[in-house]
Amino acid sequence: MHMFSVEKKFYGGHGIVGAQVPLGTGLAFATKYRGDSSVTLAYLGDGAANQGQVFESFNMAELWKLPVIYVIENNEYAMGTSVARSSAVTDFSKRGASFGIPGAQVDGMDVEAVQKAGQEAMTYTRGGKGPFILEMKTYRYRGHSMSDPAKYRSREEVSGVRDKRDPIEQFGKKLIERGVADADTLKQLDAEIKAIVVAAAEFATQSPEPDVSELYTDVYSS
Amino acid sequence: MSTEIRMPALSPTMEEGKLSKWLVKEGDVVKSGDILAEIETDKATMEFEAVDEGRIGQILVPAGTDGVKVNSPIATLLSEGEAPGDASIHQPSEADPAAPGVAAENRQSAAGQEPPATGAEGVADPEFPDGTEFVQQTVRDALRDAMAEEMRRDELVFLMGEEVAQYQGAYKVSQGLLEEFGERRVIDTPITEHGFAGLGIGAAFGGLKPIVEFMTWNFAMQAMDQIINSAAKTRYMSGGQMSCPIVFRGPNGAAARVAAQHSQDYSAWYAAVPGVKVIAPYFAADAKGLLKAAIRDPNPVIFLENEIVYGRSFPVPKLDDFVLPIGKARVVKPGNDVTLVSYSIAVGLCLEAAERLTEEGLSAEVIDLRTLRPLDLATVLDSVKKTNRVVTVEQAWPVCSIGSEVCAQVALQAFDWLDAPPTKVSGKDVPMPYAANLERLALPTVEDIIAAVKAVTYKD
Repeated sequence: MHMFSVEKKFYGGHGIVGAQVPLGTGLAFATKYRGDSSVTLAYLGDGAANQGQVFESFNMAELWKLPVIYVIENNEYAMGTSVARSSAVTDFSKRGASFGIPGAQVDGMDVEAVQKAGQEAMTYTRGGKGPFILEMKTYRYRGHSMSDPAKYRSREEVSGVRDKRDPIEQFGKKLIERGVADADTLKQLDAEIKAIVVAAAEFATQSPEPDVSELYTDVYSS
Repeated sequence: MSTEIRMPALSPTMEEGKLSKWLVKEGDVVKSGDILAEIETDKATMEFEAVDEGRIGQILVPAGTDGVKVNSPIATLLSEGEAPGDASIHQPSEADPAAPGVAAENRQSAAGQEPPATGAEGVADPEFPDGTEFVQQTVRDALRDAMAEEMRRDELVFLMGEEVAQYQGAYKVSQGLLEEFGERRVIDTPITEHGFAGLGIGAAFGGLKPIVEFMTWNFAMQAMDQIINSAAKTRYMSGGQMSCPIVFRGPNGAAARVAAQHSQDYSAWYAAVPGVKVIAPYFAADAKGLLKAAIRDPNPVIFLENEIVYGRSFPVPKLDDFVLPIGKARVVKPGNDVTLVSYSIAVGLCLEAAERLTEEGLSAEVIDLRTLRPLDLATVLDSVKKTNRVVTVEQAWPVCSIGSEVCAQVALQAFDWLDAPPTKVSGKDVPMPYAANLERLALPTVEDIIAAVKAVTYKD
């Protein structure tokens, strides 16, 4: 959760659900203020979408035509609470309606659909028209956190999504069907990616804890 | 029977104003809602409407008169058929259509403190070069100048908040800034503290240097999560990658007769949080020099002003670029018998108390903390080691207050020098009452300070 890389223009990584939305809106404000052409992507989940500060941000973003795309990843559960039990309107692409922000509902498990929708949103926002909302309909296979056994849904539900909608599996099938890649190539690609992930995990677990002298480092900038 | 039309209070803190223009003349018939006059306060020019109908009898205060006290008669209103100059019994009309129920006597008693003399005290500062000239300036104007100077100096600095642009600031602190810097850099926000505080922090992450004005700090509780969790902690959590050079500013503490939800001192709340700096000045020079420093500081700074103090005038050094160091207290008045440690509006109370104590042969040293985080304990401890007694004075609640912290640190670090227990004078442990008499009771007074000093010097 708490990852940052300013070098890669990834600004976190914020631990409070919904708080990243005004922050992302502020990053968009900064780019517009400076007159550069960047677009900010602010990601939030279906749970965060119910936070008041999200709507406060929508209002200001549209009012000031800020170059920001709000990507609502709707994976159907906010920790253990399903969308149906937490949201009066479950179509999150309409959450900007009262501010005049357009939105689109996208199959977030379909790589090509995501790419196409992303590009359309980008064109809209780059054109100076202000914010855009993308609702990505997706799913989460595991628990919300390490300590979440995810008992609030059935095993069948999870395995059903894995079997029928898994984005990597489905995209792989399409690539084979279209003759872009064969099964062996994909298998090899899979192994390469797995190695990268394993190496990253290894790096994380093997890295030493910070020196005790670091306790007060970076509380303040001097 | 004629009634008096009285000088209205156009805000809870207004004491006097300028009667800039009459829009009626003697003999005019007026009805309720007609504009009678234009009244200029230090915050704004307001139109003053008739409450009752009748005919203007006598204009008692001519147009262009400065310093007309609130509630003093400015004209007479004759009822139907009454002759001008009729000297029948005067009865006050409803004094104040703009702020009903707010009367001058209430304001004064509630505020409880008159501005101390603006003589040499509050001027001498080790940071001023020899031969520095001073100009008399209100705290309000000093704050405005600080922002204007920093905005001229650095294109990345901008101001946002409710009513900061077109309205010129709810308390007129941003007067003239829209005109000079335009709407790109002076931005009116919707009433959305949580949202615009977060947006400002995001803009700071993106390299800008926002000044975010809260109309009062009471409303910043809506934004508390963003201030604490996003502004104060992100540098630490990102391993130093992300900085948040932002200033949150606005009036803090009790105004007068605005009740519990609008009268609260948040000093101790923010001063408890690592990752922010907290400044609470009293004098205009400190307001200016420290606000400029806050805007340049690469960290989030909480800048606590005071509504009652906005209109007070003090000497401000005439220097091209006057910046004070954050984190330094100042001995405002030297003394030998007791150390009074204070900040913000309570510094004024301390100076008044110190003056009265002199008449009783007691010499108080007054320290203005100016910055509450980091706290300049060295200055406090040096003083206590000389006077052997400390009384902290603040308008805030007593529990876990700045005074509590100062007393604790003095007890821990200067125990052997103490001749009396560290003592606190503070606001009372109640939500601010609306009733004027109870509000008066809830706020610390000069008498409270004198009593505390007598207690620690064993003169009571």
